[in-house]
Amino acid sequence: MPTMRYREALNQALREEMHEDERVFLMGEDVGVFQGAFKVTAGLLEEFGEKRVRDTPISENTIVGMGVGSAMIGLRPVVELMTINFSLLAMDQIVNHAAAIRYMFGGQVKVPLVVRMPQGAGHQLGPTHSHSFEAFYLHVPGLLVAAPSTPADAKGLLKASIRDDNPVIFIEHETLYGQRGEVPENGGPMRFGEAAIRREGDDVTIIGISRMAITAEKAAAKLADEHDIEAEVIDPRTLRPLDLDTILESVQKTNRAVIVEEGWPHGGVGANLAALIQEQAFDDLDAPVQRVTGADVPMPYSKPLEQAAFPHEEHVVQAALATFRDL
Amino acid sequence: MATREKTNGDGAAPTDVPADIKFGEIKHDLPDKGTCETVLSKMMLIRRFEERAGEMYAKAKIGGFLHLCIGEEATVVGGTQALRETDYLMSTYREHGQALARGTDPKVVMAELFGRVTGCSKGRGGSMHLFDWDKRFLGGYGIVGGSLPLSAGVALANDYLETEDVIVSMMGDGATNQGTFGETMNLAALWKLPVVFVIINNQFGMGTALHRHSAVTDLSIKSEGFGVPGTRCDGMDVLDVHSVVTDALRCAREERRPQLVEAVTYRYRGHSMADPEEYRTKEEVEEWRARDPIKAFSDRLVAEGVMSEEDVERFDAEAIATVDEAVKFADESPFPDLDSLYDDIYVFDSDVPAWWTVDERSPHVHRGEHERESGEVPHRLAEQGAAYAGVERRARPRDEDKDEGEGEPEDDG
Repeated sequence: MPTMRYREALNQALREEMHEDERVFLMGEDVGVFQGAFKVTAGLLEEFGEKRVRDTPISENTIVGMGVGSAMIGLRPVVELMTINFSLLAMDQIVNHAAAIRYMFGGQVKVPLVVRMPQGAGHQLGPTHSHSFEAFYLHVPGLLVAAPSTPADAKGLLKASIRDDNPVIFIEHETLYGQRGEVPENGGPMRFGEAAIRREGDDVTIIGISRMAITAEKAAAKLADEHDIEAEVIDPRTLRPLDLDTILESVQKTNRAVIVEEGWPHGGVGANLAALIQEQAFDDLDAPVQRVTGADVPMPYSKPLEQAAFPHEEHVVQAALATFRDL
Repeated sequence: MATREKTNGDGAAPTDVPADIKFGEIKHDLPDKGTCETVLSKMMLIRRFEERAGEMYAKAKIGGFLHLCIGEEATVVGGTQALRETDYLMSTYREHGQALARGTDPKVVMAELFGRVTGCSKGRGGSMHLFDWDKRFLGGYGIVGGSLPLSAGVALANDYLETEDVIVSMMGDGATNQGTFGETMNLAALWKLPVVFVIINNQFGMGTALHRHSAVTDLSIKSEGFGVPGTRCDGMDVLDVHSVVTDALRCAREERRPQLVEAVTYRYRGHSMADPEEYRTKEEVEEWRARDPIKAFSDRLVAEGVMSEEDVERFDAEAIATVDEAVKFADESPFPDLDSLYDDIYVFDSDVPAWWTVDERSPHVHRGEHERESGEVPHRLAEQGAAYAGVERRARPRDEDKDEGEGEPEDDG
């Protein structure tokens, strides 16, 4: 199987889907001549031309709104926002229109729109470029939410997002763009709502969101090496729909759960998932569900502060150990 | 208690009456008789429909907010008459008139206001969110300025698909202060999109008079710096609106030059039904009522011998009868089934086979329109007023496997 970087996998998905369907086009700030702020769209302007790879002004709300409008009458726009923080400027169009239009007009139209954006800390971009906001979008009925952590998932899920008739919030991660991984040759779209079990184990279930799936895997290796604990690591890959079955099956086996996310703790993905687990698997639990989250602060710039503000594998190890503490 | 002087805030002039618009002056020849009749009957239908909607609101048949366009009929009918059938229209939340002018059945518009399943948005949208795909009326929108990017997106798609279709994007004067106004004008001009923006300047952003909410009160120049030329017209004269919008549509369609039209008009009624109108004087309203677009047009039709007074009365009686029928239809229509609460949130396909796959709390509970087997459970949920998930415990694949398997009892410790 060929290996490639996460950004190359995304690029391949875009290229393949644009070849597949004339209605697919890209819009975003510096996606064309500049080749994308993170080079995800490299080469696409040259290949497909200005009609289908459109550099936009810095007008996030209107770019997304135009994506919604064009999707309503039959195009399949893929809008790139430079960071998830900038998507807050487009929250009106995403929540009030993309997510609601089909419902509020009684099913007369659909909105096959994809909004791609990277999130995450680690590059010292400070408090307006480094957050993790999956929870905002998870909150909204009408949206689908994907947060792939590997190149293979990035490609397969982006292809699925473009082909899906629903509006999709596609959350990438800034520190993953350069990560390499195996990507199946001629791989098609993946299914939404199918979690990946990254590592099997019987002792504790660790659910990692976005990049935290990788942090969770590292923590699991440490738990095995240093504590003789076999963790099962689950990457949900999509948050709406969520593959709760796989998570519950695992918790039923391990009786312990740790949820790891980079976003803020209050009202976070972990808060939601912990509630789901206790609603559905309370009797299976031998310990309270543990959450590992980003610090409850705007992301600081200074390197040591920034590193302290998002989870690392030692935090996950501690949380996993805590599920055994009272036994 | 001191009597508060009713001014537009700072004691300055009441609403601006632009000097460049000669209200009441004849600007255009009448079109043919058939067109005159269509235009008059549409304006009358809108007027009667709105009056009746106001009454139905007072009788609590209609909930929420109700924004009436009485006084603005010439802008709505003049603007929409300029469209081809294949063109698109988007509007604000004051859009009953637009739907009616575009040909949506008054019955389904009234039914939507009544929240009935027979409404044009199946009772999901209400007064502010009418929509009629077949008439290419792409909606009323409740966010001021929110529909501007959408309309530019529709224009982008029309350009992309190489059609001749144009969209008219209607907004109020208040929308010109939103960020989306500047963003959308810039993009429309930059990408040469086939769109015509029509500002229905009814002099108020809710209760704030134009000169108190916009530093520039000639709204037709607000888009020019972004590359979209603007033209002002007499919004009380249906022929003037029609003429100016027609020219604008031609530019947008044939030359791919987006245009803006400001139609200066007046809202006789409050912003919504819940508006005590403390911000303007009766005299001001009367002054504008004297320019009434329907009376002015019908008087002229009689004066020029196109129709008689009796004909005018007959048209009005027909409008009243149509509205009577619409009210009857709405009142007799059922409310949406509670079971339909979860319909049409998602398009179901292989990724989203049913609603419960998206709201994981509620497996087998609210299944959505294509998956519903029994209405019982979603009905119960809807009656409880929320998607309470605790009614059913999720059936786990593992449990099912065990039941079907060796039947080994689970050791619960």
